[in-house]
Amino acid sequence: MSSHEVDDKSPSIVRDFSKCVLCRRCVATCKKVQQIGAIDNGGRGFESCITTTYGKSLNDVNCTFCGQCIESCPVGALHEKENIAEVNEKLKDPNTYVIVQTAPAVRVALGEEFGMKIGTNVAGQMVSALKRLGFNKVFDTNTGADFTIMEEATEFVKRLKENDNLPMTTSCCPAWIKYTEMEYPENMPHLSSCKSPHQMFGAILKSYYAEKNNIPKDSIYVVSVMPCVAKKYERSREEMNVDGISDVDAVITTRELARMIKQANIEFTELEDEEFDNPMGEATGAAAIFGTTGGVMEAALRTAYELITGKELKEIDFKEVRGEKGIKKAVVQIGDKKVRVAVAHGLGNARKVSEEIKQGKADYDFLEVMACPGGCVMGGGQPIKSSKIRREVDVRQKRAKAIYSIDEKSAIRKSHENPVLKQIYKEYIGAPGGHKAHELLHTEYSKKAKYNI
Amino acid sequence: MKTIQEIDKIRESKRQELDLRKNTKADTREKHILVCQGTGCTSSKSPKILENFKNLVKEKHLDNVRVIKTGCFGLCAKGPIVIIRPEDTFYAMVTPEDCEEIIEKHIIQGEIVERLLCKDIDGKKVQKLDDLTFYKKQKRIALKNCGVINPEEIDEYIAFDGYKALEKVLTQMSQDEVISEIQESGLRGRGGAGFPTGKKWALTKAVEGKQKYVVCNADEGDPGAFMDRSILEGDPHSVLEAMTIAGYTIGADKGYIYVRAEYPIAVHRLQIAIDQAREYGLLGKNIFGTDFSFDIEIRLGAGAFVCGEETALLESIEGKRGQPRLKPPYPANAGLWGKPTLINNVETYANITKIILNGAKWYSSIGTEGSKGTKVFALGGNVNNVGLVEVPMGTTLREIVFDIGGGIPNGREFKAAQTGGPSGGCIPAKHLDTPIDYESLKEIGSMMGSGGLIIMDDTKCMVSLAKFYLQFTVSESCGKCTPCRIGTKRMLEILEKMCDGKGEKEDIENLENLALSIQKSSVCGLGQSAPNPVLSTLKYFRDEFEEHCIDKVCRAKECKALAKIQIDEEKCKSCGLCQKNCPVGAIEGEAREKRKINQDKCIKCGTCIKACPFHAIG
Repeated sequence: MSSHEVDDKSPSIVRDFSKCVLCRRCVATCKKVQQIGAIDNGGRGFESCITTTYGKSLNDVNCTFCGQCIESCPVGALHEKENIAEVNEKLKDPNTYVIVQTAPAVRVALGEEFGMKIGTNVAGQMVSALKRLGFNKVFDTNTGADFTIMEEATEFVKRLKENDNLPMTTSCCPAWIKYTEMEYPENMPHLSSCKSPHQMFGAILKSYYAEKNNIPKDSIYVVSVMPCVAKKYERSREEMNVDGISDVDAVITTRELARMIKQANIEFTELEDEEFDNPMGEATGAAAIFGTTGGVMEAALRTAYELITGKELKEIDFKEVRGEKGIKKAVVQIGDKKVRVAVAHGLGNARKVSEEIKQGKADYDFLEVMACPGGCVMGGGQPIKSSKIRREVDVRQKRAKAIYSIDEKSAIRKSHENPVLKQIYKEYIGAPGGHKAHELLHTEYSKKAKYNI
Repeated sequence: MKTIQEIDKIRESKRQELDLRKNTKADTREKHILVCQGTGCTSSKSPKILENFKNLVKEKHLDNVRVIKTGCFGLCAKGPIVIIRPEDTFYAMVTPEDCEEIIEKHIIQGEIVERLLCKDIDGKKVQKLDDLTFYKKQKRIALKNCGVINPEEIDEYIAFDGYKALEKVLTQMSQDEVISEIQESGLRGRGGAGFPTGKKWALTKAVEGKQKYVVCNADEGDPGAFMDRSILEGDPHSVLEAMTIAGYTIGADKGYIYVRAEYPIAVHRLQIAIDQAREYGLLGKNIFGTDFSFDIEIRLGAGAFVCGEETALLESIEGKRGQPRLKPPYPANAGLWGKPTLINNVETYANITKIILNGAKWYSSIGTEGSKGTKVFALGGNVNNVGLVEVPMGTTLREIVFDIGGGIPNGREFKAAQTGGPSGGCIPAKHLDTPIDYESLKEIGSMMGSGGLIIMDDTKCMVSLAKFYLQFTVSESCGKCTPCRIGTKRMLEILEKMCDGKGEKEDIENLENLALSIQKSSVCGLGQSAPNPVLSTLKYFRDEFEEHCIDKVCRAKECKALAKIQIDEEKCKSCGLCQKNCPVGAIEGEAREKRKINQDKCIKCGTCIKACPFHAIG
């Protein structure tokens, strides 16, 4: 590949060699932190470049689209595939009903793009800005996360009872899914069949919400604001639709949202707080913590406990699964059962647990994996922090702290207690894990080739 | 597996048989025909010569004659070389067709074949190797066995005191005794930088660690250097033995030889040597019945120059991309796979066994105060006796060039000597009498390097010489650090500009500044030394740079763009086509007159040269 080509074939990541200064931080991130090695040094001397296997596009090699390389690039030679133009196009179209949903990790990082302190929760101002950008409805992906917990906890309880392909592993992270499909296809039966929160939420918006509000399904355009570039790829997966209608139509990152706000000349820091639209904006504290490592596990345990025992869980903070340790393990007493759980973050750690599962040595029943070190708060779509800042400030800890504080302040902190959820299950879906739920909220996996050569 | 006694027995029996190789007065009917099978002679059909001799000896039932393949004799310019022992007759530039005559006349009739004798500097033909001036000033320590033994026969190596040093070390010396012997000898690394070898061994021994490694750097990459290759081709066991001694000394049980795949003969002979040493139990478990075990493996390099840098070499052995690591930690602390590792160059190892056997005192009596022993140089370029020479440290450049090297061909003037390859510098005529050692070379802006020594006469342009070396480093830079990756490229661009006649006065200063920055800021030795050829030519030949940039003249007439375009009056037919075609009106003269070029106006585009139907312009 010549040194000035732009590789924009993948749905997630663009590599622009004309900007590359060959510092190799992306290589170190991909190879040493994530242990993928999709990119490496090629050529020698003045001809050296950062390249892939046979110089192919990232789309055709073993890249998981985690986007950590973007976070490490000091010059913008790596960036997300921008989808702002498509979204703006739809916003201008009076015949399209554009709904936006925002992931839990976005609200604790977006402010950084406007000079605010790391770890500031700007949910209210973010909603306010999105409304000013012209979205018809501004909903919260956290509601989708509550659905995920309902489905995933139900699935786990069932699989635990039937000892079906344990450990069960979470499926919220699209990079982790692609990683398993490419690197450990034999582990695919261990993956939960749940779609990720924003996909679930998209499916509900285009079915239940559309029907209830008499909006034609095909005129709804769902935009997800995500801390992630792999979500752009996830959205484009062919499984991610219901009867040919895709769940989500566009994914933009935290950075792209900031750019849209700046392009619209909105003075973000001066905005008043506004609330998410209802009823689909109602979410619990359990959903909020999805954005950090250990969060999905903690949220699932809160629900699984009550599903299994039928008793109220008093001590709802599972602190063993929080924190920066690469692989966290804990044993949780649920009724008469000891449930062994594990949490891994960063694909380097994912390799360790994947290897354990493959060899049948996994000593846990339920595993959460997030591809980015630190979880979604440190996702590949989040505001880029220079290496100097990263060295001086624990960015992960600050963003995670903001997330846990949202949880603490929430009136409802268990997903199954979300009244909106209860209503939709009652009115539309039926039982969690049931037929309709599978149609809307679950998916399947297939082995993927590492190299498309 | 052989015991010490059995090895001794081999040594004794073979020594008598091989006495005639060293003793020219040996009283014997036996004759040995030694045929050089080094890379140089091999490329001039010496394998065919060997085969012809063998066939002739068989045909004529000459039972007293043995034909032996050997390593390099050193005088490569006169190759292929055949030597007949015990009388030590030196035949030069032998062809396969000459074999019959040598057998008939020399072997059977006892007459010297005059026409194949080598001419010395004075033009007289010399019969014996030892009488050639080329050899007289040399002292062969590292090359002791090269051209004497058959490198593919371990018994021959053993006969010439081979594996005696290992025996001595394993049975009589402690690890510290070996180190102090090496330290006292004053041996310094022959790879280029000249780090004291004993100190390196002591440092590596001192590091705690269950697993340690010994590595031999045989990735000889300097253009024009072939010392290490010749040692490996001519005396591979000396390196194996020394590595084993090093293993014992630092506490390693595994050695790697990193040799470039472009040296097929060296690789082949090394493998034979390793196999034979294993068969004799000289490599492997419990050597000589002691607790000490050691084995060696070959690792092939693909020819990247940077892999000669020790940490890049380690990366390459590990199977990674060959690029340097940041130092510290040094290999002594964290080398191969992070374990303490001793890395020495081939020539350094080749000195070890001799130091062990003859003592540090003997070794340190040779050479200068700071640089002991000898140094092997690969003498090349504009010199009569191109080849491999080994001289005591402190020998002057003049002795090497004019006595050993036989002076400059075609009666031209000596202009400069380049030492140390792309990492070294140029030595001008005024420093011809500097005694060569590590310090003196550094003082005059060059470096010992691994031993490439290229002589240049006055037809060589120093600007384009600097350009040549920069071209080399630009294509060999690994690309890891910015100063080397981009800086050398920019230096090359400036030099190209100068050679193309587009240089400006400021370019000289820019070039110098850039060179000094690259020297200070590069990660590894390659980048740090890449500007040396430029800096040293700037130091001694600045006037040539100025001529290129200001006067637009290349005095050596090597830079085509700076050559003056002139019309040969004799060939000119006054047609005027050149004048018509000249885009800048630089050609003057009236109709039916011979034209002239106004050099002030000429832009040297070459249009007139092409336009002239009589080839009168050039």
